[in-house]
Amino acid sequence: MTHDSAPTDQPRGFPLTRHSVLVELKSEDREKRERAWESLAAAYWRPVYCHIRLRWNVDREDAQDLAQDFFLRALGGHFFDGYDPGRARFRTFLRTCLDRFLANEQRDAGREKRGGGIIFLPIDVGEVEADLLANGSSASDPDQLFHREWVRSLFTLAVDALREECAGAGKEIQFSVFERADLLPVEGAERPSYRDLAAEFELPMTQVTNYLAFARREFRRLALERLASLCGSEEEYQSEARELFGIGPP
Amino acid sequence: MTRISNAALERLRDVAEWPELSNDRYEIVGAVGQGGMGTVFLARDRELEREVALKVLRSAASTPETALRLRREARILARLEHPGIVPVHDVGRLPDGRVYYVMKLVRGVRLDHYARDAVLTDLLRLFLRICETIGFAHAQGVVHRDLKPGNIMVGAFGEVLVLDWGIAKVAVEAVEAVGAVGEAADEADEKTADRRTGGPADETDEDDATKTAPGTILGTPGFMSPEQERGDVDQIDARSDVYSLGAVLRLLVTGAEGQLARLSAPLRPLRAIWRKAMAPIPADRYPSPQALAEDVARYLDAQPVEAYKEPLLEKGRRIVSKYQTPILLVLAYLAMRILFLVTRGM
Repeated sequence: MTHDSAPTDQPRGFPLTRHSVLVELKSEDREKRERAWESLAAAYWRPVYCHIRLRWNVDREDAQDLAQDFFLRALGGHFFDGYDPGRARFRTFLRTCLDRFLANEQRDAGREKRGGGIIFLPIDVGEVEADLLANGSSASDPDQLFHREWVRSLFTLAVDALREECAGAGKEIQFSVFERADLLPVEGAERPSYRDLAAEFELPMTQVTNYLAFARREFRRLALERLASLCGSEEEYQSEARELFGIGPP
Repeated sequence: MTRISNAALERLRDVAEWPELSNDRYEIVGAVGQGGMGTVFLARDRELEREVALKVLRSAASTPETALRLRREARILARLEHPGIVPVHDVGRLPDGRVYYVMKLVRGVRLDHYARDAVLTDLLRLFLRICETIGFAHAQGVVHRDLKPGNIMVGAFGEVLVLDWGIAKVAVEAVEAVGAVGEAADEADEKTADRRTGGPADETDEDDATKTAPGTILGTPGFMSPEQERGDVDQIDARSDVYSLGAVLRLLVTGAEGQLARLSAPLRPLRAIWRKAMAPIPADRYPSPQALAEDVARYLDAQPVEAYKEPLLEKGRRIVSKYQTPILLVLAYLAMRILFLVTRGM
């Protein structure tokens, strides 16, 4: 079998090396700490925001401010110091921290004015709100909602990285085929077949399958890379990866 | 920033694990099932314009040992040409190093699901075909080792297919006769693949992945024999499959809940049959699936079964039930005759 590019260094199983955002959050080096915080916020901003909006029933502006405060607290202090990878997944721990933080905020409401209206990440709240309106009620379980939004964040980061990578390597067409086949499915609609894609992009069918194989492999690698950096231990990473891609234990 | 809908989210989770078939022959349509080490996909064979099933190792389960096992499973299936065993069409390796094989797409329902609405006599006839299939495999030197209703499919026309030969045991002489060369080649292939992908190349140098180490427990609780539960690999032979067949028979007769109390007297011989098949000591079981099937066939023909010592009353009932029509005819004749004699005497 041929394929679009040479196999990656770690084509199967899980990536072996990873830099941990959680370790770097505690770094003495401020630059490192800020970079880790940015990665954490990029992956968790959306689930945190949705959780505040739906679970705590907070309006849009306050939810935005609370989410921001929460991450600022993570950057400034020792918010996640108590995290023990042996006891819980980081995702679960973060949500517990968030609930505790929100409970305290609710108790202290009015004592101090929150916010300042600083948007620290280029997140389109309007888009998140539109999604919440469309899907929010379908996930009544807060765990389910938080998990779904977290997966969406992670996949968004991986897809954006893939788009950038493809653009840098002159592989825009590979990304476009992937986008058409896997990113734009409409609920209930039939997905395009290889034949449809070949006709649409004026490519031989073998090329379509090669492009898709390449893009899916890279997407998976990028998603797992990001996931690895957000987990507290190898065990947590493996268990999250299995859950993420529906892969049961060997 | 990309916007990912719920539908796209699910799709991405699925396709990330899909086999990357970088050729134009098979087109993956979707996943249809997941086993212990592999996932089965529905695929379209464009060359022959038909749907096929493609079994591929899951990424997380992909090791040199499981790759050898999957190849071995494909080779075993290819050797077992029988209507009750799914034929294999193709074996290959994906660009990411995972092994896959392509087989006939099985359409049907699992035996335990089929059994819910089926009549007992139909189920027993199906059971005979299962025994025949396993008997055939044993004749080829292959012991299944994981027989259970979930691994047996019943097709739309009542055909029986025994699936999942992933942990089958092949007799030494059969390996020598047919598989040794192929397995040696597989092992070399796995080592090459490992070096290519940076995996543990040295592991299989000393370890024959196609053999099961003593103490390894392979099978499904409730259906595996005591010797399998103990991990007593050397003791596992055709009679271990007989044990599992006994457990399957028990499930077919009693249902998933195992309602033994509901068993009526006419079913007692069947209970004796599965009890004999499931004897803790292999020597006390039927020696082969054929012997087990013969006893079930005797039951179906209302003959005395080998496993059950029939009380006189039950024997009488069985004979009456079997010869109901001739007995009724004789009785009718005698009644007429008596009536005739009585009326003539008057």
